[in-house]
Amino acid sequence: MKYCSATLVIAGLISIVPVVKSDDASVELLRSVRRETNSTAAREASRKLAADGAVNLLPVLRGLQGASALGGNWLRSVFETIASQETRAGRMLPAGLLTEFIQDTGNAPAARRLAYEWLLRQDPALEHNLIPGLLEDDHPDFRRDAVALLIDRAKSSQGDAATQLYKAALRGAVHDDQVTVITEALEAAGQPVNLQQHFGFLSKWNIIGPFDNREMKGYATTYPPEVTLDPDATYDGQLARVSWQTITSDDSYGLVDIAQQIKNYKGSLMYAVTTFHSPGKRQAEFRLGTPNAWKMWVNSKLVFEREEYHRTTRMDQYRVPVALQAGENTIMLKVCQNEQEENWAQKYQFQLRVVDSSGAAVLSSGSTDE
Amino acid sequence: MSNTKTTSHENRTYKKRMGTGARRDRFRVPKFCFGVWRTATSQLRTHQALTLVVITLMLPVHTAVFSPLDAADWRQFRGTFANSVAVGESLPTQLSRSVIAWQTDLPGRGCSGPIVIGEQVIVTASSGYDDDRLHIISMDTATGQQQWERTFQATGRTVSHPKMCVATPTPASDEERIYAFYSSNDLICTDRDGHLQWYRDLGKEFPNASNTLGMSSSPVVIGSTVVVQVESDAESFAMGVDVLSGESKWTLDRPRMANWSSPAFLPAEKGQPALVLLQSLSGLTAVNPDTGAERWNFTDEAAVVPSTTVSNGHIIVPSNGLTILRPTADGTSYETLQSTRNVRASTPTPLVMDKMFFVINGSGVLSAGSLNTGERLWQLRLHGQFSSTPLGSNGHLFCFSEQGTATVVRTNLESGEIVSELDLMETILSSPAAANDALFVRSDQHLWKFADLDGNP
Repeated sequence: MKYCSATLVIAGLISIVPVVKSDDASVELLRSVRRETNSTAAREASRKLAADGAVNLLPVLRGLQGASALGGNWLRSVFETIASQETRAGRMLPAGLLTEFIQDTGNAPAARRLAYEWLLRQDPALEHNLIPGLLEDDHPDFRRDAVALLIDRAKSSQGDAATQLYKAALRGAVHDDQVTVITEALEAAGQPVNLQQHFGFLSKWNIIGPFDNREMKGYATTYPPEVTLDPDATYDGQLARVSWQTITSDDSYGLVDIAQQIKNYKGSLMYAVTTFHSPGKRQAEFRLGTPNAWKMWVNSKLVFEREEYHRTTRMDQYRVPVALQAGENTIMLKVCQNEQEENWAQKYQFQLRVVDSSGAAVLSSGSTDE
Repeated sequence: MSNTKTTSHENRTYKKRMGTGARRDRFRVPKFCFGVWRTATSQLRTHQALTLVVITLMLPVHTAVFSPLDAADWRQFRGTFANSVAVGESLPTQLSRSVIAWQTDLPGRGCSGPIVIGEQVIVTASSGYDDDRLHIISMDTATGQQQWERTFQATGRTVSHPKMCVATPTPASDEERIYAFYSSNDLICTDRDGHLQWYRDLGKEFPNASNTLGMSSSPVVIGSTVVVQVESDAESFAMGVDVLSGESKWTLDRPRMANWSSPAFLPAEKGQPALVLLQSLSGLTAVNPDTGAERWNFTDEAAVVPSTTVSNGHIIVPSNGLTILRPTADGTSYETLQSTRNVRASTPTPLVMDKMFFVINGSGVLSAGSLNTGERLWQLRLHGQFSSTPLGSNGHLFCFSEQGTATVVRTNLESGEIVSELDLMETILSSPAAANDALFVRSDQHLWKFADLDGNP
């Protein structure tokens, strides 16, 4: 029996290790595709990789590490072409190698997820074998699946057992719909959740204004806070002298409601400043929600701006990649209100949070927002 | 779906040659494609075929690609000619469960409509919590079985109003390739076997050309150019992209105003080149699709949701009600034929059939008017509200409400009459397609094919 198993294993290995060598040059070409890359070269590299078949499955997945956004989609396309070729030919994907690849969190999250979704088609048991261990994964979809399993278990449990399962689920939850389910269950069990902290919303701000934005001209006007940040300074504002004031949002989702907390000054703009402490250099994503026109500076560098008014708002409406420096990072927002009179055009607000690539909160290590 | 197979070009060519009946082949003519002549209809005599070939070769490229002889396909939003009318089709008018040829599951949401190329029906979808997984799916028109699927990761913004989704623009095809466009401004070209040909991350090139409500403008293919129009309050552009290389031929700054309408096109006629028609709140601009050069500009405002349609040289603009234009003989300008203020299109685009125009308003009232006089002829209240643009064929309108009710209306100059209704019980926001005597429509969950299974019209 052991002999038979060994034979099968060897046969399986032979079937998944074709003689053809992987085409590293083609993988490298695709992972580096940029806008200016000649599409003919990319097409040819794709064709060669797909033609050589299963031998390129793992190299293509590995190529996704650090690939450009376009390159990632070229490689994804090649992987799906090969995987579908294999499936149509009645051959199994190399489960052992792919499982190992998925479990190695050093690999690109998108590549691990792609491998998982294809492997799941031939082995539905994979969900229960792999997913529970991926609760705090770098890929939000792995987190979502793991949280869903825990919520299902919690719903069929009672008392403290259910509470502990919900608490565990909250550790991995990054999507608002799942967090809402968990939060409601925990609050019903007498365990309130600090949503501001869970999502990483910045709630303490220094704010100054209003400055003139009539006829929306203030958006392009450089007012003093854009030149120098001086917490003790006063300036000529739209209506009178203005100075910095501190406000704290107690909204669960970190909403800073200028219209409610201060006043809905029509045709005006405000500046809001806060600091964020990072223990070291790192990449982060700033996620902003506002129905107003806005500009954002991080450490005096303009990182994004958008001149649009009242096309609705929502959590995580805009995602801005930011390189945080070690220590204190200064974040400044310019939030502009226009003069529309419609009821739906009266919001004057923003909410901002800091997250990692999975969407999990990155909290300031200083006192500002902890 | 597990035993699906990819249909090769060779198989498709073979099926086209053989056909499945006289009806489906009557619009097919020989075409030079992939280096071989494809002879399509056994009923076409050799000298007729040769005459048509010569005529086709004498025409500019754009007319050869979209000649009326390709009418059996439905290659882009509102059809190959972007006018929502299926000519020469015998679609089932008595809709019931018995005319559902098949129904197939879809992997994600989509306000985009299906397109049909030969024996392939192509659908796009988007999925995931962030709606950032982009799908292109090809299915066999005969069975509904999936031939292939490719997924991509969106590179641009994916937020939208809950009613909309990232897969809102309808894909387009020039028969050789598929051009899938999404609210995230990902423009993806594959061949008909799903092999990626080129990829444009226009959301990164134009990072503010988006709208939190979502974007819906569908691409249009004219000759060797695929045209996209992306307009928002923050950033707007239109672009002509080379179908083979994916490189930009031209880029136009467009009015910075939110706009969800799709480009239309005026086919080449009487020595004048085809024109792409770009609509916005400012009006309608006619542009050479090869160069991006402006030909003429209508500046009397236009709607930003329903689109312009073209019928027999008439340009029907949702402007001040409906305004009907006609290009001047030299093609350098336009003349206004008439304006009808007592009809107002909501989300569905107006269409023209049998010298009548048809408009559905925000209350679900269908209005018919005379194309010659602009006079409103009759009104008919349909059931539900409509995002889907109706499809016209053989004196009937096929309307799909947001609530999932399919309604067939028989039309004439005197009245419109509902001849059948079918509740599909799913939200339908996309516009239907028609090809080879079959009607295709999709919801977020399913794609349906309707055909008279007994072969009776």
